[in-house]
Amino acid sequence: MRILAMIRRVLLEMVRDKRTLALMFLAPLLILTLMYFLFQSSTTEKANLAVKNVDSSLIQALNQTHVKIHRVTSNDSTKKIIRNHNYDGLLEQKNHKLTLTLANVTQTKTGMIRQSLQAAQVKLRLQTAGQTISRQQVILKQLQLMLGTRTPRDKTAQQRMVPASYQLSTHYLYGSSDSTYFNTLLPIMIGFVVFFFVFLISGVAMLKERTSGTLYRLLATPIRKIEILMGYLIGYGLFALIQTLLVVVYSIFVFKIQILGSIWAVLLVNMLTAIVALALGLLVSTFATSEFQMVQFIPIVVIPQIFFSGLIPIDQMARWLQPVAKVMPIYYSAQAVRDIIQKGANLVNIMPEVIILLVFTGIFLALNLLVFRRYRQV
Amino acid sequence: MVPIISATAVTQIYGQQVILKDINLQIAPGKIVALIGPSGAGKTTLVRAIMGMITPKAGRITVLNQKMPNRQVLGQIGYMAQTDALYETLTARENLQFFGKLQGLKQQQLNQKIAQAVAVVNLSADLNKQVKVFSGGMKRRLSLAIALVAQPQLLILDEPTVGIDPELRQQIWRALHQLAQAGKTILLTTHVMSDAAQADQILMIRAGKMIAQGTVQALEHKYQVTDLEAVFLAAGRAQDAHISND
Repeated sequence: MRILAMIRRVLLEMVRDKRTLALMFLAPLLILTLMYFLFQSSTTEKANLAVKNVDSSLIQALNQTHVKIHRVTSNDSTKKIIRNHNYDGLLEQKNHKLTLTLANVTQTKTGMIRQSLQAAQVKLRLQTAGQTISRQQVILKQLQLMLGTRTPRDKTAQQRMVPASYQLSTHYLYGSSDSTYFNTLLPIMIGFVVFFFVFLISGVAMLKERTSGTLYRLLATPIRKIEILMGYLIGYGLFALIQTLLVVVYSIFVFKIQILGSIWAVLLVNMLTAIVALALGLLVSTFATSEFQMVQFIPIVVIPQIFFSGLIPIDQMARWLQPVAKVMPIYYSAQAVRDIIQKGANLVNIMPEVIILLVFTGIFLALNLLVFRRYRQV
Repeated sequence: MVPIISATAVTQIYGQQVILKDINLQIAPGKIVALIGPSGAGKTTLVRAIMGMITPKAGRITVLNQKMPNRQVLGQIGYMAQTDALYETLTARENLQFFGKLQGLKQQQLNQKIAQAVAVVNLSADLNKQVKVFSGGMKRRLSLAIALVAQPQLLILDEPTVGIDPELRQQIWRALHQLAQAGKTILLTTHVMSDAAQADQILMIRAGKMIAQGTVQALEHKYQVTDLEAVFLAAGRAQDAHISND
């Protein structure tokens, strides 16, 4: 069995290469853990807003959980006040005119200040309206007392005049109120790290086979070209499987990621992602003559995938850019994994994505076979 | 007798460049044949065409009665490449096991055949070492052992004696003569004339053309010289004269 010999050899070589093993198994966990902490902190972020001569009622109305207020009295120029104290914005009041100057260095903070200010103005307006209504109520009551008549109809009218206070209770289909951007990111990133490392390692392995002459030597035996490819696919596929398992289990137990659908479906899609990456890595290595050149393909082949993975919603992209996503394998795998994890999709729901990933694999393998013809024509 | 290798009017062209032109050869079983010529003469291309790795533009090649290219025939050819194509992180035994299985050996035959192959190249003591600690000569010998491991009918060896010390070279030649006596056919390329002198038949190739072929004695007699190097020079001059006459 030539294919078994191929698999055995690939496994042996991989086991001997401890550093590559460590890279394949530990690096994805490290990257995901880093992201976990990076995207946690965003919820406690506060914007620094300086206020000058602003009515205290407005300041009180400002949402203090998102904005930290600094009262300033300095006569320096607006620009100077912001620059010297590294504020995100300065709110000044002259009579009834408010002027907001924003540093606009970090757009999220700019947004926070804007939102808080708008909310505060709405709140104030409601308060004023409420005060007016209660003043009217008092007058109304006095009038009623003077007239000495109270009809039920008046009572309902009165009730209607009380400002409505709604009780809001929120339910989440996926996640909880603690969900952060990381929860959106994780399903995409699981697929991406698997893709990245499998692509790189299989590409470099095939490159070594080519440059050391062993590929040519292999083809000087009666082995079929497809047997070489399948040996690679199954051999490295086994390591990709372990890697995928590690990443998914780690996400469940350490990040406490909630998976609405089946964990097996997640594993299946990630396995397919790994196989697409494998086939693509083998193919791309054809165009490289050294490990260094292989690394040069990362910005061309791997990085664009992340842009179209759903991190940035595809339907918000420019119309001409949207079709580009359709040629990115990651687009389909991320879509499928997100549907399984966040929407509880089952295998039937994700079948289109699964089929497309298989088609990608088929195309890449066929191209690989064509490339091998350069070494042996039968 | 049916030749083991036969080539008729083989021509290979890459773009404008003619690599092989009208090559004809017949190699009888049990013979050691040396293909000699300067680098760039087309030796490796001819070897690749004989193995069926490339299909020549014109001409016909048969190996073991099969028209090439033919994948199955490769199972009966023991090949040693010019560069040592070995897996450095594997041991010598693991390399031999791998290539042995690809050549079609069964699991139960493997150990015995490996032992026989490494005995020829004097590597029995180093079987369990990783190839990355091997010297250049050891790697060359392991490559030869890999070609021998399946005990094929035909051996095609590309520069088998490069980087091997004289004592071991003698030993390898003794082994090759024994194999030939046992009926194996050996085609090797070399640019060392003393190696070529040990062969039963010489094929001289220069600028893609076969300029002389025959036994060492016959060639020396034909060109009225006393060694192979002189034969090569004389045959080369004759080729140049022939070209200028065209």
